[in-house]
Amino acid sequence: MKDLFDDFQEQHDSEVERYELRESPRYRFFATRRQFAQTLGAGLLILVSESDARGQRRGRRARREEPLSQRFHLGVEGSLTVLTSKVEVGQGSRTQITQAAAEELRVPVERIDVIMADMDQCPDDGGTAGSRTTPSTVPRVRAAAAALRELLKRHVAKQFAVRSDEVEVEGGVFRASPTQAMGIEDFATDQRLAEQLEEVTAAEEIPLVPVGDWRILGTSVARVGGRDIVTGVAKYPSDIQLPRMLYGKVVRPPAYGAILQSVDLNGADQLGGVIVHDGDFVGCAAETSWGAGQILEQLEPRCRWDRSPQVSSNELFDHFKRTAQVRPSQRGDLSEVMQSAVHRIDSRYTVAYVQHAPMEPRAAVANWNDGQLTVWTGTQQPSRVHGELCRVFRLPADSVHLRVPDTGGGFGGKHTAEVAIEAARLAKAAGRPVSLRWTRREEFTWAYFRPAGLIEVTAGVDTNGALIAWDFTNYNSGGSAIETPYRCGQTQARFVDCDAPLRQGSYRALASTANTFARESAMDELALLAKTDPLEFRLRNLDDGRLKDVLRAATERFAWQQRRGRKMRGRGIGLACGTEKGSFVAACAEVEIVDGEAKVLEVCQVFECGAIQNPVNLRAQNAGCLVMGLGAAGYEAIEFANGELKTASFSGYRVPRMRDVPKLDLFELDRRDLPSVGAGETPIIAVAPAIANAIARATGTRQRSMPLDLA
Amino acid sequence: MSRDFTIVVNGEPRTTNTDEDRPLLDVLREDFALTGTKYGCGEGDCGACTVLVDGIPTRSCLTSMGECDGESVQTIEGVASGEALHPVQQAFLEHRAMQCGYCIPGHIMTAVAFVKEHPDASREEIIAAMSDHICRCCNYQNILAAVEQSVARRG
Repeated sequence: MKDLFDDFQEQHDSEVERYELRESPRYRFFATRRQFAQTLGAGLLILVSESDARGQRRGRRARREEPLSQRFHLGVEGSLTVLTSKVEVGQGSRTQITQAAAEELRVPVERIDVIMADMDQCPDDGGTAGSRTTPSTVPRVRAAAAALRELLKRHVAKQFAVRSDEVEVEGGVFRASPTQAMGIEDFATDQRLAEQLEEVTAAEEIPLVPVGDWRILGTSVARVGGRDIVTGVAKYPSDIQLPRMLYGKVVRPPAYGAILQSVDLNGADQLGGVIVHDGDFVGCAAETSWGAGQILEQLEPRCRWDRSPQVSSNELFDHFKRTAQVRPSQRGDLSEVMQSAVHRIDSRYTVAYVQHAPMEPRAAVANWNDGQLTVWTGTQQPSRVHGELCRVFRLPADSVHLRVPDTGGGFGGKHTAEVAIEAARLAKAAGRPVSLRWTRREEFTWAYFRPAGLIEVTAGVDTNGALIAWDFTNYNSGGSAIETPYRCGQTQARFVDCDAPLRQGSYRALASTANTFARESAMDELALLAKTDPLEFRLRNLDDGRLKDVLRAATERFAWQQRRGRKMRGRGIGLACGTEKGSFVAACAEVEIVDGEAKVLEVCQVFECGAIQNPVNLRAQNAGCLVMGLGAAGYEAIEFANGELKTASFSGYRVPRMRDVPKLDLFELDRRDLPSVGAGETPIIAVAPAIANAIARATGTRQRSMPLDLA
Repeated sequence: MSRDFTIVVNGEPRTTNTDEDRPLLDVLREDFALTGTKYGCGEGDCGACTVLVDGIPTRSCLTSMGECDGESVQTIEGVASGEALHPVQQAFLEHRAMQCGYCIPGHIMTAVAFVKEHPDASREEIIAAMSDHICRCCNYQNILAAVEQSVARRG
């Protein structure tokens, strides 16, 4: 039980590639009185009193001593509400948390409602990142639900003068005898019980329902809220509409690194709407987004920018190397053991910048009322966004009310507060609610990117084909999954910080995709030199365990042994495996070379993340990760020149579509003897190297850069 | 210049006074509060804003009010008959053809028109038609299964 509460979000704040979490807010508002006076339109001058100027972050974290009343509401109509700061961005957390509570409380799924990330009400379970919902939040909710179940059983036992172990729970009904029962609607009106909920915490050592007895967890409960999605009723952050609401637009710099020099707002009050100039921020709001767009077009030429030379994508990897902050002390010496290797590689791999490109670009609605700021926005880090709003607007924590509606995709890309801050700044000036929805171009250009990387691998094997030396250096992209899972005589792996020309940040699986691509490509290169089958080579260098299990399972399903002997002109097969965040994946791929371009014909992928909590949702994560990974493997690449993005649209930045999906054979191993861990990230890491290895086999030429330029 | 435009939305005539260049998408969402139709790219690349104009799948982000004045527009809100879901909606639910779900209204609008026009469609024809859309969660297997089922039940 202890561990359930101890591993928490903080560990992720230290991961190097979550750069966006260490950024300071982009805007400094209300900097000088002179700039105050330049604020035009309704709500002209906004004064901030000194007493407000103490932005503080609320430190309310969900802890073991947290009372059950913060986690659950019992409804008089018999419903149960679960509260959590986790958000739903398509990964299935709402359904999973519903299942967790339903399992422990024996309440039907339909009677459970989950309120997510309404930060006035919800205990802070941390942000939605790092695959933490399954191993961290689900056990917390289960523990709280189990504590509630036992409390309610004792309550019923007392009412009917039986022992609490005589109380049976089924379908949300607590039964002391065939004629004596109470339901949630009865509990909801009991004042004495309400007081107990304030006192009792989940800390008691109450056993959770064992995996073997699961009735709701482990089953394919349908996506909660699915009907609202297919009928168009679901309200995403961009769909929130309030009375008297305006629509906002923000002037963007012409290039990265450009600094606003001046804005000529002479006569700008004739443009209509509300115009705000505050520090580096220039924006407007109008009755319609069309109207706001027309004002924006008038404002843009009134802005003068100072531009500075910026690094371009065609010089990116040299730039990394040039700016690498390698400390000599970090460099171990493997040269001696490397000398004794029979076969040795010295390879360099690159991974381009890619973007999340969630279908819903950043969006926020902000409303000020009597000094209180309420913001609806899509973010995976509600607590951080709340804190940034407090800081930027110099408000105490309890004056900022943040709500996160279920959001149209995240993939690690919505950790930051910029759209919430911009909407709030416009709304403050307007004195009316403002909806700000970034365009696709803005999302591509001004959100953040998965870091590009340069990876150097030097490695050697002995006469038996055993790895004896492994030297792995990642420049810029990050340290996730940087350690090799293979047995090896001497290894060193290090991450090297570099100057990054683009704004970098989290992405589904972080740098484990880049590191797995380099490692699994290098493994194939070594296998080729050692004239050993890539599967046999890996098995020889892997200890028994979960990674070996998925590798065996995938290659058996794919019939690797049989297929490797078949020679088909222009075709090749490849495999790769990897582990990250406690889960394991292996992929086999077949490609065909047509007119010099590689086309992926088939991918077989096996994934294992402990006990499966929702098989259909897990399959969707496995498939979704794989196909998203296919995009970055095959064709996704952010290109930029002197501060300007060249790929800021879906016509310039190709993402996978239905026609790009190869034949898929997916399987998930259900390890009911192991704790469940997250599944929304790791299945993305193996597909790129599996394809690269297949291409090398088909063509005899090794491609060491992602994307691989697939057909 | 702005003037009155009347379009029949989900069977009901609706009028708005607006600029003729303004996109249908904005009018549906902002003037008529029909937010089921989504903005995804504004350039017709992703399909999130797809509605049916006189039964034909149309990118509402690229369709100006001047172009659709007087036309009949069906949005995702008008696909079900009261409480009864359209078979395509039902199939999307059954196959869990959604992750975040933001792209799904657009997918469903294209599928509704496609299934009606191509009751004998092959898998390849379905894939070709649905590839006009992007699902960034990449839930394509389930979306394909949902559309295939819709075709099979109808064909």
